[in-house]
Amino acid sequence: MIRSITQQKPQEELDQLLNGLSRVFIVGCGTCVTLTCTGGRTEVDAMQRLLAARGKLITGSIVLPVACDNMTGEALQASRLMIGQAEAILVMTCAFGVQTVARQIKKIVIPALDTLFIGKETGPGQYDEVCTQCGSCIIGETGGICPVTSCHKGLVNGPCGGTNNGKCEIDQGKDCAWTMIYNRLKELNKLDAMRRLQRPRNHQGEPMPGKFRIKEAASLSPSATV
Amino acid sequence: MVSSFKKVLESGKFVVTSEIAPPKGTNLDRMKHHIELLRDKVDALNVTDHQSSVMRFPSLGGAILVKEMGGEPILQMTCRDRNRLALQADLLCAASRGVNNVLCLTGDSVILGDHKEAKAVFDLDSSQLLAAIRRLEKGKDLGGNDLDGGVSFCAGAIVTPEANPIEPQLIKFEKKVEAGAEFIQTQAVYDLDGFKKFMEYARNFDVKILAGIILLTSAAMARFMNKNVAGVNVPQALIDEMAGAPKGKAIQKGIEIAGRMISRIRNERMCDGVHIMAIGKEELVPEIMTAAGLI
Repeated sequence: MIRSITQQKPQEELDQLLNGLSRVFIVGCGTCVTLTCTGGRTEVDAMQRLLAARGKLITGSIVLPVACDNMTGEALQASRLMIGQAEAILVMTCAFGVQTVARQIKKIVIPALDTLFIGKETGPGQYDEVCTQCGSCIIGETGGICPVTSCHKGLVNGPCGGTNNGKCEIDQGKDCAWTMIYNRLKELNKLDAMRRLQRPRNHQGEPMPGKFRIKEAASLSPSATV
Repeated sequence: MVSSFKKVLESGKFVVTSEIAPPKGTNLDRMKHHIELLRDKVDALNVTDHQSSVMRFPSLGGAILVKEMGGEPILQMTCRDRNRLALQADLLCAASRGVNNVLCLTGDSVILGDHKEAKAVFDLDSSQLLAAIRRLEKGKDLGGNDLDGGVSFCAGAIVTPEANPIEPQLIKFEKKVEAGAEFIQTQAVYDLDGFKKFMEYARNFDVKILAGIILLTSAAMARFMNKNVAGVNVPQALIDEMAGAPKGKAIQKGIEIAGRMISRIRNERMCDGVHIMAIGKEELVPEIMTAAGLI
């Protein structure tokens, strides 16, 4: 399952964002941020204590089951009195959750986390970015490993000169995507795919901001599909 | 118009290139001094492009200056800072000012430089930039539009002969040659027996190879490169030789080693020439060339 990977903003930045706001309601989420220990019940409680110690009045808190879900509006209704007393909502979810909450409540929302990437759990407590949703997929020619995402420079024609012992020039903790792709294609006896000169990528596969609409959406409405 | 560097490459003589780094700022005195010192001694001078992702006076400005001062510039172009529009535009500008040699590089990560929060571009990679040059020469831009006034370049690229693993590097090398690289300047080599093995392979391709020579300035610098620079391996014997130099004479030892390596490469006809990098100590390049018996 893909997950939204987050990390808490530096305390200094949070203090600045909350400056002048004395009554705060806190929102967490039971899904991705619970898994990454950045916005589950434990972290929400810790934040509550921390802000109280800094002189804030915490009007209440809630850990939504899935903050980015359409049900978030109804879930927040249950806490409407406590939310009503707050000047701002501190949202300890990924940016999808923050934006969902913002659409439901006429209050300033403050993200407590930075959303780093959409990632996959690749080991206990380890998450890796595997797809940047670029809109022009080329992994059919790279053994199923995405160089646009996994190579720091997004190179599509092989490694740069900074690769060293299978690691990336920016971080020995990051694998060189092209070493992985080479090993995979060699194993599959498909190195010819790597030898093909790839044309410059189409960076406008879906021009930002992405918008998708199923053609003839009307025919897919519930009444039409019955 | 055929670049004079291209004629040198095709002449069969032992080619010598070196490089200069533009300043951080508009004071061009030091760069001009290096151009004056080297323009008549080497066959061409690379002008580095925000080397190590450190913002500087542009390589195109430096290359134009080399040309104006009577030297033969090789314009280094990385893909880190410009998209395909800007890269093509700079190539048109270069061609219009008589800068007809280009070295195509991917470029270091911005994270390694002095503007760590900058947006990196990498719209093209080094092999695609080479292909773009060949396309411009045919009178078309990458959008398929006709050019009013043409370009002609002698285009090159780089390779790291001691990369680990080597095979992915060699595939990239072959793609660069296929995309139109006429010359290759290598990452610094110190183990010449290892380099000979690389050359046995590289000889199979129609491309001129210039071995990269980086001046060793101390044993500590050699150890630092081994630890931090990808694909650079200074053998222990050379580190010991540097460490054994009398106090204050390490640079002389480095010059001697560089000269000895160049002269062996030349005498054994290992490759087509050398590219001498004396990072920050450009004024020592003539001494290295003297030590190598080149001047």
